Amino acid sequence: MSFFLETLLGGLMSGMLYSLVALGFVLIYKASGVFNFAQGAMVLFAALSMARFSEWIPGWLGMDNLFMANVLAFVVSVVVMFAVAWLIERLVLRHLVNQEGATLLMATLGIAYFLDGVGQTIFGSDIYKIDVGMPKEPVMMLESVFEGGILINKEDFIAAFISALLVLALTVFFQKTATGRALRAVADDHQAAQSIGIPLGRIWVIVWCVAGITALVAGIIWGSKLGAQFSLSTVALRALPVVILGGLTSVPGAILGGLIIGVGEKVSEVYLGPMVGGGIEIWFAYMLALIVLLFRPQGLFGEKIIDRV
Amino acid sequence: MFYRENGQFKTTYQSDQQIFPIPQDRWIILGIVAFAFLGIPLLVDEYLFRAILIPFLILSLAALGVNILVGYCGQITLGAGAFMAVGAYAAYNFLIRVSGMPALGAILLGGLTAAAVGIVFGIPSLRVRGLYLAVATLAAQFFCDWAFLRVKWFTNDSSSGSVSVADINLLGWTIDSPTDKYLFCLGILVVFSLAAKNLVRGSIGRQWMAIRDMDVAATVIGIRPMYAKLSAFAVSSFYVGVAGALWGFVHLGSWEPAAFSIDRSFQLLFMVIIGGMGSIVGSFFGAAFIVILPIFLNQMLPLVGDLFALEVSIALVSHVEIMIFGALIVFFLIVEPHGIARLWSTGREKLRLWPFPH
Repeated sequence: MSFFLETLLGGLMSGMLYSLVALGFVLIYKASGVFNFAQGAMVLFAALSMARFSEWIPGWLGMDNLFMANVLAFVVSVVVMFAVAWLIERLVLRHLVNQEGATLLMATLGIAYFLDGVGQTIFGSDIYKIDVGMPKEPVMMLESVFEGGILINKEDFIAAFISALLVLALTVFFQKTATGRALRAVADDHQAAQSIGIPLGRIWVIVWCVAGITALVAGIIWGSKLGAQFSLSTVALRALPVVILGGLTSVPGAILGGLIIGVGEKVSEVYLGPMVGGGIEIWFAYMLALIVLLFRPQGLFGEKIIDRV
Repeated sequence: MFYRENGQFKTTYQSDQQIFPIPQDRWIILGIVAFAFLGIPLLVDEYLFRAILIPFLILSLAALGVNILVGYCGQITLGAGAFMAVGAYAAYNFLIRVSGMPALGAILLGGLTAAAVGIVFGIPSLRVRGLYLAVATLAAQFFCDWAFLRVKWFTNDSSSGSVSVADINLLGWTIDSPTDKYLFCLGILVVFSLAAKNLVRGSIGRQWMAIRDMDVAATVIGIRPMYAKLSAFAVSSFYVGVAGALWGFVHLGSWEPAAFSIDRSFQLLFMVIIGGMGSIVGSFFGAAFIVILPIFLNQMLPLVGDLFALEVSIALVSHVEIMIFGALIVFFLIVEPHGIARLWSTGREKLRLWPFPH
């Protein structure tokens, strides 16, 4: 029982991390109809920038304070991600308005390659540590309830907490601020939004900035777990079924989808994996999403697509 | 001046409906094919065969298959690499498990297996479309990656996980030298592209295009979407599967599942988009572009580095390479979203008016 709960909790934690990446997808898709394959590359880029700047800044300023170095690196990385967002809008998306979905998809793939290349050229291609002071040691919980209790990583706990905080902040931003309302208006109908005076270009820059920040948060959390390295860019591929499961246009869907996929992956790996040779995590999520698609083509929470295929 | 169809009158339906109605086209194509068969083996050295020409031929066959699905039937797929893998591994299993199986037969059977798997993974296309479908096809990719890595039966219990095939023997013709391999692939490619060209201008190709352009309207005029979509998946997967079997048997000789990873799928989709969606000749342009570009960058970058007296490390070259690759793809999409095939057809229009454009 306690083993099952441990697996479940582990799944929920990693699910939270998936939903962080999935959020980036959903934000951009909602606002501009672009399926952003570069989200993974953005996570990698952000993580590399965070890792390297927190390493370089103490040297440049001649100080020796880990906390200050991290704060400064975070600020610099935010600026870097804003610059990336602005450049993407300016140089790519602006020229591809009204193109087909496939073309836009390919363009974001091109961006992904470019970001991978630039990131590794500037920041180097080794595995870098991100040390934001996350506690690594595991703790025991609920010892009074079960014999032996449940082993939990404090780090995972904090990560899940940060993710929840970010989601909350995003929800407030979307629901309560004028910019958030403008973003939702653009998501509903580009033309109508434009006709009441919402500047599309600026909205897109804002959306990519927000996606950049989620990428940065995801990059820091993933990076402090696994190290900032090239394999981070494949995280996006792991998060894709999450968006499909939850629905491409739904923020709560991304969260719940992430949790479902996270739990499903872990539980299936532990209980089903040994039967078929293990390593099924990778495709299990996709199969789960595929089965959901067959019954609900718009995903669990997506807007209903009213056309027959 | 020379490329003009004035004064060529078609007097029979047959001459009006042939593949290349303009004689100039016909002769040019025939000339290119003849040159590819007879001229190139005399002119080209072994490195060029191995590094450029054979990959180009096989990948254009795969791109042709992807183009049938993406360009003609409008179903985006990100799982092409998986179908290449299915073709390669199925062909391998047919070759070693059925005694006396000729290699060419194994390759074609591999293609048929890929077609069957393609139909299975095409079923979601009946319910979902567009980007959702693209992600659904990723399921095929990851599932196949896993299956060929973990299920030992497919790799004949080889301990390292890689499988290898001896040189192909075709009716007494042992295909071992690069020239032989090149000719073998070229022969298959010519037959398959001719078939594709005929498929897409026939009834079934028109059904695909109708589904692509507007599926509701297509259904109204009596096209069965299920039949049209699944047949597109089947034909496309067959082409891709045969290409995969060739990639394994002829180009690599021995391979691992990593040879058909998701990067391969992306690469094939790039070929189709850059070459031109819904164009047979575009598949060749796309394949040529994607095959040659990395090699070109790889050769050029150290030279550019020398020019500025910079020390260029191998790692840096590979990073700058993918950087330029990504940038070029974005650039291409912006400048010519319809692909190289569109440039080609504009060029032809210009040529028809040359030298008096008014």
